[in-house]
Amino acid sequence: MLLWATLRMEMEAKEKNQQLYKPYSSGNMLKCYQSLMLIIPELRGSASCLHSEPEFEMADIFYFCRRGVESIVDDEVTKRFSAQELETWNLLTRSHYNFRHISLRLTVLWGLGVLIRYGILLPLRVTLAATGISLILVLTTLVGFLPSRELRFFLTEKVHVMCYRICVRSLTAMITYHNRENKPKNGGICVANHTTPIDVIILANDGCYSLIGQAHRGLLGMVQRAMVKSSPHIWFDRSEVKDRHLVAKRLSDHVADKTKQPILIFPEGTCINNTSVMMFKKGSFEIGCTVYPVAIKYDPLFGDAFWNSSKFGMVNYLLRMMSSWAIVCSVWYLPPMNREEGEDAVQFANRVKAAIAAQGGLVDLIWDGGLKRAKVKDAFKEEQQKLYSKVLVGEQEQGDNKSSEENPEEDKSYHGSANGQ
Amino acid sequence: MGSRASTLLREEEIEEIKKETGFSHSQITRLYSRFTSLDKGENGTLSREDFQRIPELAINPLGDRIINAFFPEGEDQVNFRGFMRTLAHFRPIEDNEKNKNAAASEPLNSRTNKLLFAFRLYDLDRDDKISRDELLQVLRMMVGVNISDEQLGSIADRTIQEADTNGDNSISFNEFIKVLEKVDVEQKMSIRFLH
Repeated sequence: MLLWATLRMEMEAKEKNQQLYKPYSSGNMLKCYQSLMLIIPELRGSASCLHSEPEFEMADIFYFCRRGVESIVDDEVTKRFSAQELETWNLLTRSHYNFRHISLRLTVLWGLGVLIRYGILLPLRVTLAATGISLILVLTTLVGFLPSRELRFFLTEKVHVMCYRICVRSLTAMITYHNRENKPKNGGICVANHTTPIDVIILANDGCYSLIGQAHRGLLGMVQRAMVKSSPHIWFDRSEVKDRHLVAKRLSDHVADKTKQPILIFPEGTCINNTSVMMFKKGSFEIGCTVYPVAIKYDPLFGDAFWNSSKFGMVNYLLRMMSSWAIVCSVWYLPPMNREEGEDAVQFANRVKAAIAAQGGLVDLIWDGGLKRAKVKDAFKEEQQKLYSKVLVGEQEQGDNKSSEENPEEDKSYHGSANGQ
Repeated sequence: MGSRASTLLREEEIEEIKKETGFSHSQITRLYSRFTSLDKGENGTLSREDFQRIPELAINPLGDRIINAFFPEGEDQVNFRGFMRTLAHFRPIEDNEKNKNAAASEPLNSRTNKLLFAFRLYDLDRDDKISRDELLQVLRMMVGVNISDEQLGSIADRTIQEADTNGDNSISFNEFIKVLEKVDVEQKMSIRFLH
């Protein structure tokens, strides 16, 4: 029905010859993987012959100028921190960017949708969620009182799974799990891309994980403390986050104990809008145990799950989730990976990231998700300056390493360099 | 239902911008969406910090000069019109584009205007001349700390020597045009705007 609505809208738009604002198609997002390196291959055209004299041309400025303005018009990073634009409309006000009164029928449909979503779906879901949360609180505390360890484990699993199932229903999440034979096993770390706090519920729906994260206050804090009573989770204070060794120690201790559930970690460190995977923090990859990568991909058509934490608080976000049509997502369990000989943590992290990105159809970026809030480090600018200096003075003074990051950019290269002189 | 986006950008405004810059209707709407996404303060204008938040621009050695080009003399905010006017310089030149009204001034994306944009990137004090000092400063921005002062100085001297025809030891706009007459400015200073 949604498709019909969209088709209708597009047809009407075409009929009225209006320029329908078409959002970026996913093809555009695959351009330019090497976003970190502003490639400077074209400045000198075919002049790989070294000049003894440094050569500067006034036209060089065009290159920087053009790249700069291109990034103003569109860049790979800032758009990852806001909800993805949809190709077709899903009758939710929040995802429509070209809001125009197209037809009465569509308005009526939309109105109906609002009624259904807020009048029927939302109350139902809120009730379910409330039940689920209170059940977690009560049951985990109860189980925590039990003396026998095995019984505790057994019941914990049941309790957790049941509660998460309820929570999932409360969001009307339709999840498809792929490759369940690769499900994370005890004594390992499960690594996934992060889009929303709901990721946890989605994954925990299908297995028992230990969670690691910041200890919250309020309702979430209560839930966290209750969960710890019956199964091991790692909650730490913000102040402790800075102490990486402490966290790493707790992690490795947990992982070393083979009876403990796998730990669920989101190495990006922040929510990204599910069109790309950003830099993985290397902390979890330094421990040296088996990593089970998981790719989560949401279909934004029925409801965009991305949590834009700078725009919406948690409660607001949950309400929006519960008043969407549904949350549709796919979860792929990837085969376990181990750090190889001679590979350091960063390379390992990048390898895992690439695997997750490839499976989920996401863009693999090297930018840090922390750029959501922090400024980019000066070191990167200095890198660019260094590259340009190499071009100016040639390779003689810069040592023998040729810049190996030069990859041809088909759509940005100049055809037939017309560098005068 | 009504239009949410267009209460902020009216049809007449779109038409005006179309006339002034030559962008198509859909390009303007798309760029407006980009403008609003950059405008974190949601006050309809962009400040320098809004631009600097773009990581790819922040690591561009000439990022600050480019950002500066968007702001008129002495101002700290740029509105959507100004934003589009500056971006218009980078619109590709179409072969079939003729001046619709002969009386109107040159289109913003003409070769001369593209060159003027680049010239202004060098001309730090906006006195219509690129002095040796200004050239040195811009060069320093581009190379960082990787080239010595002497070498940079000799590069600057050589460049001015080659370009300067009237002997005033600085490069005027006309001299600048002359130096770049063989360069395919139209292509190098154009970017593809998606429809």
